[in-house]
Amino acid sequence: MWKAAMPLTARPDFRDPAGGPPGGSLDLLRAQALDGFGTAIGICNPLWGTAALFSEDMASELCRAMNLWLARDWLDREPRLRGAITIAPHAPDQAAAEIERCAADRRFVSVLLPAMTELPLGRRAHRPIFAAAERHGLPVTIHAGGQYRHPPTATGWPSFHAEDHAAQANIFQAQLLSLVYEGVFVDHPGLRVVLLDAGIGWLPSFLWRANKTWRGLRAEVPWVTRSPADIVREHVRFALQPLQGPPDAAGMQRLLDHIAADHMLLFSTDWPHWRFEGRDAVPPQIPARLLPALLRENALDTYPRLRETIA
Amino acid sequence: MTVDVDPRVALPADAKLRLVDCDIHPIVRSTADLRPYLDPCWHDYFDQFGNFLVSPYTEAHPYPKPTPALSRLDTWPPSGGPPGSDLDFMRAQHLDPHDIEIGVLQVLWPTAARQRNLGYAAALCSAVNDWQAAEWLAREKRLRGSIMVSQEDAGSAAAEIARCARRGGYAQVMVMPRNLEPMGRRRYWPIFQAAQEHDITLGCHVGGLNGYAVTGGAGHCSFYAEEKDSNGFAMEAMLTSMIFEGVFEAFPRLRMVAIEAGLGWVPALGWRLDDLWQRFRAELPAVKRPPSETLRERLWYTTQPADEPEDPRQLRDLFDWIGWDRVCFASDYPHWDSDDPRHALPVQMSQAERRAIFRDNAMAVYRLG
Repeated sequence: MWKAAMPLTARPDFRDPAGGPPGGSLDLLRAQALDGFGTAIGICNPLWGTAALFSEDMASELCRAMNLWLARDWLDREPRLRGAITIAPHAPDQAAAEIERCAADRRFVSVLLPAMTELPLGRRAHRPIFAAAERHGLPVTIHAGGQYRHPPTATGWPSFHAEDHAAQANIFQAQLLSLVYEGVFVDHPGLRVVLLDAGIGWLPSFLWRANKTWRGLRAEVPWVTRSPADIVREHVRFALQPLQGPPDAAGMQRLLDHIAADHMLLFSTDWPHWRFEGRDAVPPQIPARLLPALLRENALDTYPRLRETIA
Repeated sequence: MTVDVDPRVALPADAKLRLVDCDIHPIVRSTADLRPYLDPCWHDYFDQFGNFLVSPYTEAHPYPKPTPALSRLDTWPPSGGPPGSDLDFMRAQHLDPHDIEIGVLQVLWPTAARQRNLGYAAALCSAVNDWQAAEWLAREKRLRGSIMVSQEDAGSAAAEIARCARRGGYAQVMVMPRNLEPMGRRRYWPIFQAAQEHDITLGCHVGGLNGYAVTGGAGHCSFYAEEKDSNGFAMEAMLTSMIFEGVFEAFPRLRMVAIEAGLGWVPALGWRLDDLWQRFRAELPAVKRPPSETLRERLWYTTQPADEPEDPRQLRDLFDWIGWDRVCFASDYPHWDSDDPRHALPVQMSQAERRAIFRDNAMAVYRLG
């Protein structure tokens, strides 16, 4: 866990004047993240590092404790909130059992995994997690950061937090390649994956590269019979913040043309992290035509449980 | 849609375009070819031990490649050595038919970059660099060498750069991104100092294994298809490190080329680093300007493996974002994923744009003119 004083950790006006930790106040969350944007439903993704403990048992138990805490202290108290089920990916059987336990509570709408793992998420050891998620119609969300089992970059441990953050985009790309090439979407055709805090600027060039590599090397993964870009566009969604894309409207339009899949983008504030100023959670360079899908429909299509309480 | 696939057919005959190819891989016929170039004090080590790498294998790769010797099946020379080992065959198959005006050689094997024995690494560098000079540069004036250096031993690397720069014939110092530490860290600065001092370009060619997961923080992946694309990740991490550590401020005349990582990732890296720079200014005092400006003004990028947008016209968007003066053609001959200059960039370009990408940009960054 990083120091709370780091600027990215909380926007100055999102910090708790009473001195509590960033994101620790339900009243602030209501006023800023929900009322502040006219939000009908907000999904909570707690990031307390419980999955990073080396002990499978301790990590699993702390994840379970956090899910209990999320239900009691947040979901019980605010009907607009939904939760992600936190699990420890290196304990896949216990993780699947926890998904089963939480899935009975319809307010849990997704499963939360870290981007930084012991083994890439597509590796077979993780299959019980995806099977449980698919069985309950829960998308698997992957959030930046995680277990720190390996240096964040393939060139070793960097000097700066900023480098750890910069590396996340590549780590997400590696996780997508793993999910695609290991055949997770072949075995779990109903699975949806949502990337949180991944940025979207890298998406099209990543898909082009993956398609090209797959065309040359598909003999290595013969079970992958569709192009990576087709698979990713069908199964994967992206939270909008942080955009980390072109700063101008014309450039943004080019990027959206390259992505060629407006249905992949989901509104997010990343509250209380400092990703934007004022109310520009949708950056001004995003065209207005995207808004109805971006603000609502794409999320309803991605998280099936949201439709149980919202039309 | 107009798709123009042949850069030379597209030009009038009197303006026939000669090419600079930034990435050609020569190789020894057999490792024993290097022995005569190796300092005799290392002959016993060479005979008894040889490669000692950060890898389970000494002569193979834990992510097996799709073709023998990583190469196109048609590039095995009739003389019997591996692809890239026969200069006459390289001339006939690559340099002559593609009108290569200048080709930059990059020796990947055997490599000093990941040798654990640093004494042997330094000796191997000198042997490889002398072998390039004698067997290739002396025999073919169209070719330029790359100075192989022992990256983890920056002092010896700097000495080797000085030795080779005095001799001439080398276009660049070649490093690889998968170091033991991110390349911007201070232990590597003598390499940048030497490159700047001798006015020789720094080229970073993807590859190497350092024992870390090639994905970075995601862990060890299963397939070459994953490892191949992760080469770009390491290049991005290396450039991020060099920018955030202030290398380009400390060495204002350093020129650098990113080789065999393609270039589709470059714009997104700039957007991402600019975004992060805003929030992390307090830990990045050496960074005086938006990182995207450094990517735009201090780096060059080779094309191969060419990015292939689903709509080829979108290549122009990439070049617009990166800068048409930053993009340099490379073939990667004779490897399996090498690019044919006639087909690799299937998008309409003006004569000036083609000339920049296929020749002039490389002439500028490598000072070949």
